[in-house]
This record gives sequence, C-alpha cells and structure tokens, in this order.
Amino acid sequence: MSALEKAAKAEGTLNVIALPPTWANYGAIISTFEKDYGIKVNSALPDGTSQQEVDAVKTENGTAKAPDVMDIGMAVALANTNLFAPYEVSTWSSIPTAQKAANGEWVQDYGGYMAVGYSSKFGTITSLNDLLSAKFKNAVALNGNPTSANAALNGVMMASLAEGGSAGSISAGVSFFQKLKAAGNFSPVSATGATIKAGTTPVVFNWDYLNLPSYVGVSNWKVFIPSNAVLGGYYAQAINKNAPHPAAARLWEEFLYSQAATGGQNLWLEGGARPVEQTAMQSNGSINSSAASKLPAVSGTPVFLSPTQSTDAANYLAANWAKAVS
Amino acid sequence: MTAAATTEAGARPLRAGRRPSSLPGVPSWLGTVPFLAYVAVFLLWPTGIVVVDSLKNPTGAWAFSNITELGNPLVRGYFIGSFKLSLLSAVAGAVLGAILAYAIASGNPDGVVRRLYLAASGVLAQFGGVTLAFAFLVTIGPVGLLFHASWYYDFPWGIGLIYTYFQIPLMVLVFLPAIDGLKVQWREASENLGASAWQYWRYVGGPLLMPAFLGALLLLFANALSSFATIIAWENQIAYIVPQQISTALSSEVGLSNVNVADLLALGMVIMVAIVMTGYALLQRRTARWLR
Repeated sequence: MSALEKAAKAEGTLNVIALPPTWANYGAIISTFEKDYGIKVNSALPDGTSQQEVDAVKTENGTAKAPDVMDIGMAVALANTNLFAPYEVSTWSSIPTAQKAANGEWVQDYGGYMAVGYSSKFGTITSLNDLLSAKFKNAVALNGNPTSANAALNGVMMASLAEGGSAGSISAGVSFFQKLKAAGNFSPVSATGATIKAGTTPVVFNWDYLNLPSYVGVSNWKVFIPSNAVLGGYYAQAINKNAPHPAAARLWEEFLYSQAATGGQNLWLEGGARPVEQTAMQSNGSINSSAASKLPAVSGTPVFLSPTQSTDAANYLAANWAKAVS
Repeated sequence: MTAAATTEAGARPLRAGRRPSSLPGVPSWLGTVPFLAYVAVFLLWPTGIVVVDSLKNPTGAWAFSNITELGNPLVRGYFIGSFKLSLLSAVAGAVLGAILAYAIASGNPDGVVRRLYLAASGVLAQFGGVTLAFAFLVTIGPVGLLFHASWYYDFPWGIGLIYTYFQIPLMVLVFLPAIDGLKVQWREASENLGASAWQYWRYVGGPLLMPAFLGALLLLFANALSSFATIIAWENQIAYIVPQQISTALSSEVGLSNVNVADLLALGMVIMVAIVMTGYALLQRRTARWLR
C-alpha cells in the first residue's frame, strides 16, 4: 500500500471523468483525495454519460488526458470489459460476490433505490396511483428519455413493479405512464435541479440519492419508495487498462473502497448513496451511523435487473415508449 | 428625400477598372486553396465518414441493408417531426421577421430605433439552448408566471413558438439589406403611373424581394433543422426530431447506442437538406427569371 502510494504520488495526477461535484458527494470525495495524497485530480466532462466515458477512453487512448478510472453504469460496463484492467482492492472481501466481476475488472461502488421525490405541498404519497389524481397536473417527470438514460428506464421499471409487473417485463410501467399522460399529469421536461427549484417538475422519479432535499436544493422535498417496488441500481468502478496514471488510478480505487471515517464508502453515504460495503461496515462498526439513518426507509426485498432483463426492457421501450406518451 | 439619397449612395455601382494583376508566375487559383482545404476538412471529410459508416455494421463490415432502416415507421416519424418543426418555425420566423424588417427599413436609417433593433436582433438570433427553453418554461409553461399555456408541451406548437424567438431576429438580420435595396423612386414611379399599394407589391416590390425571401427562408429552415440544445431542454423524455434520436443512438446508457444508426440518421438529414436545397434552386430559378 505504501509502495502504491509512493508510485501514485510520483505520477502526481489522476484523470477522472463524468463525476458531477453534487452527485453522491463527489465534490468532497475529490477534494479529500487531493488533500490526503497531494495528487491533482483532473475532472473532465462532469455531466457526461457512461457511454461518453467509454468513448473518451477509446478516442483519447494513449494520450496523457485519457481517463484513468471510470464510474460507469452496469449496461455500459458489461459491454466494454475489454477496456478495463482487473484490480482487487484491499477491502475486496467486504464486497458482496454478486456485485463484482470475479476477476475484478469491474466492481460496483455505490447505488440506491428508485424513488419518487416530491414537493411536500402535495401532502404525503402512499401509492403510485396517488399520482393519477388531478392535483398532479403536469407535475410528474422522469430524469431523461428512458431509451437513453438509465435512471429513466429504471423509473419506468419501478412503476412496472408497483403495478404488479416483474423485472422481466416493463410493459406495466409503460402502461402506467400512458395513464399518467392521459390524465395530463406527465411532464415531458427532464427534471434537473433548476426545474425542481422553479417548481416545474414537483414530482420526480429518480434514484433516492439524487432525490434528497440536499441534492435537489429545495427544503420542502420528500422521498417515497413504494413497498412493493424496491428497485436497486448500482454504478461500478473500472480502471482503464491503458491508464496514463496507473498507480494513481489504483490508489483512487483503494480510497473509494476504504472504510475509514473519511474514506470513499462513508463519503458516498454522507452524499445519500448506499455504498457497496454497507452491510459489512454495519457489522464491523465502521459505518457513519448518523448518515446511514438519514437514508429513505425501505420495506421489501430489493430487485436488481439482470443484464438480459435490462436489455429486454430497453428494446421494449425503443418500440413502445414514444407511442405511449406522445 | 434624405432616405432616397442615402439609398442611392449605398447602391452606387462599383467603379469600373481592371483588377490588380496577379503576381507573375503565381497561378490565380492558388488563392482558393485555403477555402477549398477548409471545406474539404470540415465539410467533405466528415460527410464522407457519415456516408461510409452509415452503411457499415458495428463490426466494420459493409451492411447496405442499413438503409432500409430509414423506412422504419419510428424513424420516419423523427424525420416528419424535424420537417414539421423546421417548416413551421421557418415560415413563422420569415413572415414575421420580414414585416419587422420592413418596419425598421421605413424608419430613419440613422435613427436610434434602427440601431437598437439591429443590435437586439444580433444578440437574440444567437439566444438559444437551455436558457431560452427555461425562460419560456417559467413564463408560459405549466406553472408559468405570465399564463399557463396548456399547449406548451404539444409538438410542434410549443417548441415552434420557442424557435421563432431566434428565427425572427435572424430573419431581420438577413432580410433587411434586401429591403434597403428597394429604391423609393420605384415606389414613386409606380404611384405616378397610377398603381395602388397592392399593385406595387404584387408587380414590383414582391418579385424584387422574393429571391431574397426564399433564400432567407431556406437559411431559417436549416437553422431550425440543426438546432438541438433548445428542444433537449424543452422536453427530453420523448424523441420528436432526428437530432434527439441521433443523441440516443450515440449515448444511450441502456444498451441502445449504435454509432452506425446515428450516422444513418445524419445521412438522412443530409438527404433532407439536399431535397430542400434542390426545391429552393428550382424556385429561385423561377422567381429570379426576370433578373436575367
């Protein structure tokens, strides 16, 4: 570990990509890493998508500005494993087997459950069907086009689970949004911090860690996870196999998976995300329990989409989404 | 008559004379090389890549069957959407912009009003994207400050209205010189011959301005066709126009990305512009016939 630290400091720089500073506490994570190790972090394209991360790895391959590490959606990660360098962090055993590649070419890092965030002016929502009532006119938004954005696809899938569908079929979710559209309640504006603050998207389907009052920037904001529809989604870390700063990249991973009070796992938790080592940290006591207690309450068994289920859902949406809601 | 005098001065013919002779031994076409090189690198080359890649599959092998994808009803819908939106906003922008340009041209050519409108048009023609869509959203959207336009999200009306916000100033900028070229004497001559205002516009002013008007209309159409950031901020959960679908094909996080499909859609836009340009050239030949 000290040899790795020394080599990383000699490289002096780390290239990261697509890490918005307000997302899952990345602003603090980057500055803590810079402060702890004296390594400068170049953050490219903070609002980029997973696909853009992969594109940058390919187009900038061999240059000094190529991304060293990626924080990437699972669908894109699984399609591009040939770009990754396998690496096992020292806390490897704390990561559930289902959430990492056996050889360590990708490892899930943090995630959350799909949730409905809403302005408290609507009172309390207890079921998705509440959203069909007249007071939600033009109010309910996804976070992007579900044929393109992973969070939006999972939003539709969560509605599907709540409507009695299964992870193998998203059609019940599309029907729900069709009903929402027919009721005049579906807002086609992509929810962002600005639209939430302006009040144009007062109800938003998004991951719970992106649906927190602190993240969206309004105080009267509540979060609701339907009990029969707990849909989990985790991002994954991967190291560029041709990283221009290979030691800094591996030190960054060690930092992100560290269970220390100011390590990556607890920093993600403070940002409202659920770190992948959460269960292990709860049993060994290293977790920041006050941050953990602020996470939205969940009841029911979480569902995770398999790659096949995810692809089936995307293909169904490509053919049916536009028809249902336009 | 000051207005006429100024117009007269502005329209004076170029002084006759020989062009400065070129340097001995330097061929005259050499001067066009930078322009041609620029066009080759930034227009022909990328277009070539788009055409070639649109006929390949993701592994790099030829796949001419890709072209049948353009007949897919979903894909056709994006092209119809792009055409509707571009046509609506171009026609609305061109008509309203032409009227505004005429009003500006009939004012004092050195006046504050003219300078103010031209400066504002120069700025507003470039106003677009997230800021513009958001400005409309908070003024006339569902929770708008001014009023709640229930049709705000109806394609292409809501987004068409937003587009006219930059189309009208652009029309003013490109069409004003044409109106300035109309000489007051022509109007006076037709009035002396007993022409009514309608007859003047039908037989003199209209035919004179028509080639410039159609050219400006085409520019506005292309401007709307290639706009992307504004509609993405207006609404981004359904793809209505081709650039939105190109974005999905390039950067879908859920496994629907396919660069070759993006190339094919871009090729479709090139074909669409080629068709419109051909139609424009035919119209132009007809409307400008009297000039020859």
